[in-house]
Amino acid sequence: MKYSLTIILATLGGLLARWYMLRRDYRQYPSYPQGWAIHLFLGFIGGMIGAIIVPAFLEKEYSAVSFLLLAATQFRAVRDMERSTLQAMEETEMVKRGAAYIEGIARVFEARNYLSIWVALAIAITAESLAGIGAWRIIPSVLVGAIMAIVLNQLMQGDRIGDVAQVELAPLRFEGAFLMVADLKIRNVGLEQARKVYEERGLGAVIKPHGPNAKATLSNLGQMHAIAHDVTTMIGVYMDVDEQEFVPLVRRNPDSGNLYLAFLPSEPDPEAFLTAIRRVPVLEGAVRKPLTSAAGKMLD
Amino acid sequence: MEILAIVTVERTKVGGGAPIFYAQDQQELTELALLLSRVLGASVHDLQNNVLIIVRH
Repeated sequence: MKYSLTIILATLGGLLARWYMLRRDYRQYPSYPQGWAIHLFLGFIGGMIGAIIVPAFLEKEYSAVSFLLLAATQFRAVRDMERSTLQAMEETEMVKRGAAYIEGIARVFEARNYLSIWVALAIAITAESLAGIGAWRIIPSVLVGAIMAIVLNQLMQGDRIGDVAQVELAPLRFEGAFLMVADLKIRNVGLEQARKVYEERGLGAVIKPHGPNAKATLSNLGQMHAIAHDVTTMIGVYMDVDEQEFVPLVRRNPDSGNLYLAFLPSEPDPEAFLTAIRRVPVLEGAVRKPLTSAAGKMLD
Repeated sequence: MEILAIVTVERTKVGGGAPIFYAQDQQELTELALLLSRVLGASVHDLQNNVLIIVRH
């Protein structure tokens, strides 16, 4: 077969690119091994599509090319699949992820499949255009694929809270029944026992956005939920299922745009707490850039 | 958000649709509120006039 080397190389490249982009961190999502199996197989399909487009094009099989592009649209189903899985699991989370975070994760999973198609396509184009040098073309093709995967992966990296805001510890206290972080009311805690737990183990933090863009981004409710959820995932929360007053809350000061978080960590380590907040991703759906508008510039 | 129950020591201060629990003293007030919040899986909020409400968020 004339194109077998190209097809095999590019399909493997697409699969490996998907594998490289599958990361397992504190979120444990996608889960291992079943979640991985699903995504690696989808990556294989993506790689195959990217690989076959080039030979189909060279053979002037344009109907095959359009058919393959049609197949690529099937990856939209990946987003729905991720969304429904995460929504179904939302009920089992002590601190909810929130709709915005779920949407963000689902989008990332869809996008990564397209990236593996791009990597496979790049490898296939390189391999075919260097067909004259025989089997040696494996080396430049692999190089192109690796560079493409690394660059695309870098481009897809979003900001973290630590990049757009300054995170500091803030004193936590009670004013009557009101739990306060610095000077902002967070919630009304009616039970004396619960207030005592907050006084003994609670930690407060203030998140000060850098500039109007960050301020607008951090005002997103989904982003606030994501902060509470992710900090819980990273350092653990001191609560039981029926203790609603211990659910971590993020509140916003409308004057300064600062966010305030009251949290009961399972291990009261302030440094770990601050690091966890800084590591929370900024959600793609929460990003706002008022400074790019004429009206926004006038306010700055 | 929904008020599931009201706990108070002062009979004159409350009324209306939600179930009302009267306590004898402050100690019974907090104990009742704790029990109800755990049973109902809801939070206790203090209206700061000897009235506690159990709210599901």
